[in-house]
Amino acid sequence: MKAGVSVGGLLAAGLVLVAVAGSFAYLELPLAGLFSGRVAGEAAGFAGRFFPPDLEPDFLARVGQAALETLAISLLSTLLAALAGAALALPAAGREGSKGCGARAVARFVLNLLRSIPELVWATLMVLAAGLGPFAGTLALALHTTGVLGRLFAEALENAPPGPAEALAGSGAPALVAFLYGTLPLVAPQWLSYALYRWEMNIRMAAILGFVGAGGLGALLYYSLSLFQETRAGTVILAMLAMTIAVDAASAWLRRMQG
Amino acid sequence: MSPELAVADGTRRVLRDPAALPRLGWTLVAVLLLWPLLQLARFRPAELFDPANLAAMGQFLSGFLPPETSPDFLTLLGRATVETLAMATAGVALAVLLAVPLGLLLTRSLSVASLGPGRGGCFGAGLRILARGLLAVLRGVPELVWALLFVRVFGLGAAAGVLALGITYGGMLGKVYGEILESADALPARSLLEAGSGRLAALCYGLLPNAARELVSYTVYRWECALRASVVMGFVGAGGLGQLMDQSMKMLNGGEAASILVTFLVLVLAADGLSEKLRRRMA
Repeated sequence: MKAGVSVGGLLAAGLVLVAVAGSFAYLELPLAGLFSGRVAGEAAGFAGRFFPPDLEPDFLARVGQAALETLAISLLSTLLAALAGAALALPAAGREGSKGCGARAVARFVLNLLRSIPELVWATLMVLAAGLGPFAGTLALALHTTGVLGRLFAEALENAPPGPAEALAGSGAPALVAFLYGTLPLVAPQWLSYALYRWEMNIRMAAILGFVGAGGLGALLYYSLSLFQETRAGTVILAMLAMTIAVDAASAWLRRMQG
Repeated sequence: MSPELAVADGTRRVLRDPAALPRLGWTLVAVLLLWPLLQLARFRPAELFDPANLAAMGQFLSGFLPPETSPDFLTLLGRATVETLAMATAGVALAVLLAVPLGLLLTRSLSVASLGPGRGGCFGAGLRILARGLLAVLRGVPELVWALLFVRVFGLGAAAGVLALGITYGGMLGKVYGEILESADALPARSLLEAGSGRLAALCYGLLPNAARELVSYTVYRWECALRASVVMGFVGAGGLGQLMDQSMKMLNGGEAASILVTFLVLVLAADGLSEKLRRRMA
């Protein structure tokens, strides 16, 4: 490693500083105003209205129902995405029988398309296609996550050693069996860990998809804020926080189990 | 028919996967768990083919072609794109400001109190637990929720989005900075501290040389994520491309939506490529 600072490093640091300063200037952010006493007081007053959280039993039951719905959306969408992602990753990785270059390019294009459209945009489209409700949210998350997982799965497939599958295929096993017993055991732990990681992301997204009418906790938060029922909104935000922390813990535990 | 294997001595042995039974069992358990989930999420694929929904979607999609390309709209689109880029950059800058002190607080190898024998300071340990909790709350609430709240304090516009990004990403970056610094080799910093140097010097000459690349690489990756996040900030009124998209969707203007979607696609793929190139150069 070289001692001292290289010219390229200095140049890059300068460019980053210019970009940051330019961004703040373009957005005309009243930075000084943000840290002034008046705004701080206003923000504190606003935050104060969320306490104490509304713990009325009727409302708590609704929050619980919405939380379950959110959990179901995140789990189902991750599961669907893992299945579809695996199906698309096989041609995208260009292994296991799909020799055609065309199939590979098409699969990669589909994955990129699915991935680069954000979940929330998918959700607005799916609300049109499937009506308001959690089903639209599940589809939207599944579509975006398929793009992400498909790409990660394909990368894992490309990096897996081809030996076992080739040995099986060479001794006469059909392509499916060669994949199931030769390649899948090598990539399965990595695939599972990617899927768990996306589950952690999806519980966060599932909590907010309700903003555009796709079910779950987000819808409840949006209504309570629109009706200026801040104490109810406080309850929903606490529920979201609890859900994300619980899912993170569950995912970490599953990862450890899987070893 | 089970697969068979011809063995050299002429007999044929039936090959059976020894793990087949447990796998079947787990699959059954999974399917049983899946059923209530499907009910909860009201999973009804038939609704996709409901004539009313099909008609609404078809009408909207048929509007996609041709994409809107009038000069007025393109100027609007260009301005929103620059705004989105600026939001992501400013948000990550704020996040780094927030994350660096908290991340350093989490780093045990810079703790002077834990030098030498003995258990180390209780005060420092308590502070670390506090910082960890704060970071968990900051990143536990999704950025769109922060944005929705800030829009009510600061009004519609990019300021709410930038602050929301700063807070959520500050929480994520702080946690990961702490982890990276912890997993770096602690020996150089330790020996500097034991020889009597200050904490800043121990950080700059003991920890950073080993960890800097990883820190920068992760920050670049988060910038890429922030760009994707700021694309949708507009859905709650926090400026950028999302706001345009929200308006076009609400008016069911397919042509405008198509133009915006193409811009999303180009922007996200370009940021992806740029971030991957930068990180590969640093790796």
